[in-house]
Amino acid sequence: MSDEVKKEVEETAAATGGMGGEIVSLLKANIRDYMMYIVLAAIMIFFTVGSGGTFLGGRNITNLFKEAGHVAILAIGMTIILIIRHIDLSVGYVAGFSGAVAALLMTKGISIGSFTIGPVNEWVAILIVLAMGALIGLYQGTVVTKIGVPAFVTTLAGQFIFRGLLLRTTAATGTIVISDTRVVPKDFVGKPPTNYFNQLSNGYIPDLPIELPIRLHLLTVIIGVLMVLAFAWSQLKTRRNKLKYNFAVTSMPVFVLKLGFFAAVIMFFMILLAQYNGLPWVAVIIGVVLLLYNYVLNQTKLGRYVYGIGGNDQAAELSGVNVKRVTLYAFISMSTLAALAGILFTSRLRSASPDTGSGFELDAIASSYIGGVAVSGGIGRVTNTIIGALIITSLTNGMNLMQINISWQYIIKGIIFVIAVAFDVRTRQAAK
Amino acid sequence: MAEDYILEMRGIVKEFPGVRALDNVNFKVRRGEIHCLVGENGAGKSTLMKVLSGVYPFGTYEGDIVYNGEVQHFKSIADSEEKEIAIIYQELALIPELSVYENIYFGHEITYGKKINWNETIIRAGEVLQKVRLDIDPSVKIRTLGVGTQQLVEIAKALSKNVKLLILDEPTAALNEDDSQNLLQLIRELKESGVTCIMISHKLREITAIADTITVLRDGATICSMDCHEQEITEAEIIKHMVGREMNNIYPPRAKHEFGDVSFELKDWTVTDPSKDNREILHHVNINVRKGEIVGLQGLMGAGRTELALSVFGNTPHYKITSGELYMDGKKVHFKNPKSAIKGGLAYVSEDRKGNGLILIQDIKYNNTIANLEALVQGLAINKNEEIKVSNYYKDSINIKAPSIEQKVGNLSGGNQQKVQVAKWMFVEPNVLILDEPTRGIDVGAKFEIYTLMNRLVEEGMSIIMISSELPEVLGMSDRLYVMSEGTITGELTAEEATEEKVMAMAIKGGAVNE
Repeated sequence: MSDEVKKEVEETAAATGGMGGEIVSLLKANIRDYMMYIVLAAIMIFFTVGSGGTFLGGRNITNLFKEAGHVAILAIGMTIILIIRHIDLSVGYVAGFSGAVAALLMTKGISIGSFTIGPVNEWVAILIVLAMGALIGLYQGTVVTKIGVPAFVTTLAGQFIFRGLLLRTTAATGTIVISDTRVVPKDFVGKPPTNYFNQLSNGYIPDLPIELPIRLHLLTVIIGVLMVLAFAWSQLKTRRNKLKYNFAVTSMPVFVLKLGFFAAVIMFFMILLAQYNGLPWVAVIIGVVLLLYNYVLNQTKLGRYVYGIGGNDQAAELSGVNVKRVTLYAFISMSTLAALAGILFTSRLRSASPDTGSGFELDAIASSYIGGVAVSGGIGRVTNTIIGALIITSLTNGMNLMQINISWQYIIKGIIFVIAVAFDVRTRQAAK
Repeated sequence: MAEDYILEMRGIVKEFPGVRALDNVNFKVRRGEIHCLVGENGAGKSTLMKVLSGVYPFGTYEGDIVYNGEVQHFKSIADSEEKEIAIIYQELALIPELSVYENIYFGHEITYGKKINWNETIIRAGEVLQKVRLDIDPSVKIRTLGVGTQQLVEIAKALSKNVKLLILDEPTAALNEDDSQNLLQLIRELKESGVTCIMISHKLREITAIADTITVLRDGATICSMDCHEQEITEAEIIKHMVGREMNNIYPPRAKHEFGDVSFELKDWTVTDPSKDNREILHHVNINVRKGEIVGLQGLMGAGRTELALSVFGNTPHYKITSGELYMDGKKVHFKNPKSAIKGGLAYVSEDRKGNGLILIQDIKYNNTIANLEALVQGLAINKNEEIKVSNYYKDSINIKAPSIEQKVGNLSGGNQQKVQVAKWMFVEPNVLILDEPTRGIDVGAKFEIYTLMNRLVEEGMSIIMISSELPEVLGMSDRLYVMSEGTITGELTAEEATEEKVMAMAIKGGAVNE
């Protein structure tokens, strides 16, 4: 029997080993990725039981997404920073400072010397704060790439600086409360217009003007269905392509099973949300940022270069990649996202306080690592990072529901974090 | 009279998940001999030595290790070191920021009580350094030394432990001709003083020169063991056993063809190194290459060949160009970074494929296309179908052996990694290709394929500059060659003129060779 014929026979034998066998081998090969989902599911089931069902209620799941907002946004940016083997410890206070600046811009306005700006409406404030975030990233990225101060030191210094700036911003008033209506001039007559800032993290997408006999947010369900269709379409397209080039694909039944599973998960959560108030705006914002970053990382040159720099920066440089410029972009993106995270957090609390942002960087870094970013760099996906962020947020949310003391919360989160990374390191070693 | 064997490895079987790396290997080493272990990459040489030194502890392999007449159960390197066996790996295991004497006694410090006796350490370090004929100050830091010197320090370290069996894993791979000769001489002297040496090497000329016995491994099995004193062993014979077939031409013939216009020309190229007090490292270099020509760049380690390539390639923060001009196809150009060099039609295949050539955790297709993604971009996104087509084309075209282009490059053999590197630059379609040590650490079969590929590229009109420390290779492949010494071009020879003696004379003596 020639080698090729033998190989074919073996392959057929493997294929006839049945669907069960294929699923098991698939699980084994991708244990790192699947483990995340298993852990998330286990945590959710645990807290659902522990809270007597409250955890998986529409109201709590809605809250979970709202609470995950700033963590998820920070973790997406942090994933890129960690892939290229840097770190950003300043994101917490950059977020806190940004939120405070936004709050101040909308309420009293800011005066620097003779230059005064504001009060401005929420949209202007958001744009100013995002631009400020980009400038902060430009500063930190420049110090790292042009001067050569390690990111650990640069951003640790940033932590001091932005913490100080946050205290200065809130020095006059302490906590800055953001009203649900805009600040209006003294001679303004009538009802002041709505300030949509607080809606970012507390509002929901509008529903279609159709009356339903039950409490169900129809547009949320429709969006869920569209998401499932888009997901199935992209998976099918990938599979067709792989088949075209004779790459290994899962068998059709397993593929359908996998598709069905993800479809069920998406619909499950969308219906939960629909039974409450519908899709929160913050989830939409996370989704848009996630899609954007996923696209950049997987489909564009810039994304390729990020992975290349993380894998071997010297090889990347000699392949014509401008390593310093890409690194600079990563820091600009990180601080801009930190500003966005600050906006979302401030919006959720409807106020900016002098200690906002403390420890955010820890949640972001933990989310990225739990989501499978390699500790040695070069590997990581923002889609998985989101799962990491959901795990971290679920832990906080669930333990709060069960009224577990904050001291234990930190300890438990720390243990889960170190186990996740240990598991990651071990499975990668085994793969070698 | 029965032979006195210091070491006998009997029926060694070592399995990794899915692979049988060693399949019933028998390996016998006489006391006081130099025993060379040869074989293609992946033949199992390094695995066998790791079994011997205890890296793979007793129990993870089958078979017996008999050392000095006793069966040994090494559980770790410490166990084998206790029996005066030392192994020196390809990748040197010295600590750059520590001094020579600290490195020599690292792990077996000379102490009184709990405290390290530094005075004694320095004196004793000086003594072992003399044994390896190294005349350096033991208090200098390792990082200030060249690779050749570091290799000698490693050997001194082994000698400081009274080693009786010394294993050297490709000790000359990173050394130039001069340092290699030194090292081989030293190994001979060690033999005289009663140390048994096992040497793994790809350099057949060295092996035939130095070996008392040669053992050939292929596919994890012992093919043969040859006594060099009973009969003359030729390189061709070793190759035959290594690859399992006759190989008459080490260098494939190239169809005679006319060279085109000058495609690459350097005039008065002078470069300083900002990290070393702006010391001038290249002095007024003038070279040119024509279309379809392979030009060799020969010289000893430290002659400035890689520096020349990198400074031309636009790797500027490391090199400062103080004078000189570069012409590509007759047009004056200046490359401010590798990106602009690539756009300008120049490509550089690194000597250090793992260190700065390839991204090992990524797959073949990623590495294949990373230097020329522009060619695959439609709008903003990379056309992944096109990428697959491109990568499959190169995989077939230059015979990269891998299950698919989605294989991680880190899992490929050295030869196939090198092919991926070349494929990456072929996709860029450069006019001038600089190959820096293109066959370092790869086996005979893969070397032949790389040479064939070089022939194909120049026949298609590309110009190649080949930097290599292996003199026979440069002589065998070049149409013309330049010799460098201490940052200066000391000679230019055509293929017909060049002999090993002439080249070595130019490489050593500097500018004063005129015969």
